[in-house]
Amino acid sequence: MAERRVRVLVGKPGLDGHDRGAKIIARAFRDAGFEVIYTGLHQTPEQIVSAAIQEDVDCVALSILSGAHNTLLPAVKEILVEKGAADIVLMAGGVIPEDDIPGLKKAGIAEVFTPGTSTETIVGWVRDNITPHA
Amino acid sequence: MSLAERVLDGDIRAAARLMRDIDDRFKSAVEELKTLYPHTGNAYIIGITGPPGAGKSTLVDQIVAAYRKRDLLVGVVAIDPTSPFSGGAILGDRIRMNRHADDAGVFIRSLATRGALGGLSRSTMDVANVMDAMGMDVIVIETVGVGQDEVDIVSTAHTTVVVMVPGLGDDIQAIKAGILEIGDVFVVNKADRDGAERTARELTTMLEMKHPDDDGWFPRVMKTEGSRGVGIEELVEEFDAHRTYLKESGALQRLIEERNAKVFADTLRDELFDSVMSAISANGTYQEILTGLRDRSTDPYSAVQKVMAGSAFT
Ligand code: B12
Ligand SMILES: Nc1nc2c(ncn2[C@@H]2O[C@H](COP(=O)(O)OP(=O)(O)OP(=O)(O)O)[C@@H](O)[C@H]2O)c(=O)[nH]1
Ligand SMILES: [Mg+2]
Repeated sequence: MAERRVRVLVGKPGLDGHDRGAKIIARAFRDAGFEVIYTGLHQTPEQIVSAAIQEDVDCVALSILSGAHNTLLPAVKEILVEKGAADIVLMAGGVIPEDDIPGLKKAGIAEVFTPGTSTETIVGWVRDNITPHA
Repeated sequence: MSLAERVLDGDIRAAARLMRDIDDRFKSAVEELKTLYPHTGNAYIIGITGPPGAGKSTLVDQIVAAYRKRDLLVGVVAIDPTSPFSGGAILGDRIRMNRHADDAGVFIRSLATRGALGGLSRSTMDVANVMDAMGMDVIVIETVGVGQDEVDIVSTAHTTVVVMVPGLGDDIQAIKAGILEIGDVFVVNKADRDGAERTARELTTMLEMKHPDDDGWFPRVMKTEGSRGVGIEELVEEFDAHRTYLKESGALQRLIEERNAKVFADTLRDELFDSVMSAISANGTYQEILTGLRDRSTDPYSAVQKVMAGSAFT
């Protein structure tokens, strides 16, 4: 009877105004049966983490096309850890050079999806890797 | 420590998790709510309803800011529709209010309707109760706003606010009669647009016909511009006025009693149904009834009577 619905926060940190990708991901997640909290543009890492905690999401999914991923993504991860929410998975996508991905993974970003990835692949990854909080 | 004890201790993650347990209808949540119940009943609850895109979330954001200026703690419950096709949802009300996300005096929670039809989710009242127990002074609830019968908000909020926009023109005649009855305060938002004055006047006229000078509360029509924060102070003062009226007229007590009765009835209905249904499913009666209905050897009315005759209440 009681069954968890996957909850995901989709947002865009920093000054980046490219929101097509984030909206496509939000819709794909909704169509996969997830509850998506869409926080929109221009979010600070602090706002993202606070929202993720208040919404009790299983996963934070950020879209970055501005080139600021190497600072913004690790910042979000750090604040998650600081606030006792390290169990919330952090994933990302957007225009992110392949060369940067190993460094991001080392910083605790679980997966990074670049342009051209199908939404099926992304939804499939979430299904395989995100278990809703007990 | 139990989740409820952690909530009372100010633990934000525990509160967020309990809200999820409530929304997902975990049995354990009921136990936690029992612990919290004595700590509820203090918050002032404002309900915001109105058509899609009227500016409800934008107004909620401004109302939160206004109460924060008064140093009050504010909780927000924002409801958006669940997709009937996938069961998923995009909860987007937060876009307009997320500047408050890292203010420790504000807690915002987005909920999906999950099939409920009255403009709220089934969990809304209990989620608001958790915020109440957390010590929130004011709780603002934004209904789904898809033009359903948004009536549930009336039995949940102390003050119900109906948000409209200019340019309804002749359509204003077509506004569902119900909407005039549920509002304690009416707002014509987007007052920067043409026709705001006219819409406000028409609304006032309609309200005057509905409420011929009775000695109770007469709902006023306020004009706001949510995106620039115009008219918000006046709006919040009107909330104060309504709250004072509720207290002084005894209407608050009536409202609380009606709500208590409704919560009890709803809970009883759910519990009775769940326990009878699981009992007859477990002992095979349910399958027998379905078989009987299929070959028409019984009818739904007799089947229910038979089940009820076997329960302890009849
Ligand atoms: C469309 C576009 C715009 C539109 C944006 C409209 C909008 N509302 O989104 C407009 C014209 C406004 C624009 C403006 C600018 N742009 Co522009 N823009 C693009 C362009 C051509 C396509 C982006 C796009 O929408 N793609 C379609 C979506 C669906 O793809 P996507 O976002 O990549 O998403 C996919 C994956 O990346 C992944 N994904 C994305 N996000 C997420 C998130 C999660 C959680 C997951 C799991 C997956 C995921 O999944 C999606 C599906 O595969 C790109 C170039 C390119 N080919 O990427 C440049 C590009 C992003 N823009 C660029 C720049 C520089 C700008 C400007 C600064 C100025 C300029 N030179 O035009 C401004 C800045 C705007 C701002 N305020 O930030 C650069 C960025 C350079 C960089 N990163 O170093 C790019 C890469 C072009 C380039 N090669 O120079 N742009
Ligand atoms: N011109 C004008 N636009 C406004 C005003 N208030 C809000 N808006 C805009 O109206 C649009 C919808 O606002 P929301 O606050 O999301 O409306 P909502 O009623 O919460 O919408 P739903 O939750 O989707 O039903 C946004 O683009 C706002 O910026 C206003 O006073 N004037
Ligand atoms: Mg809204």
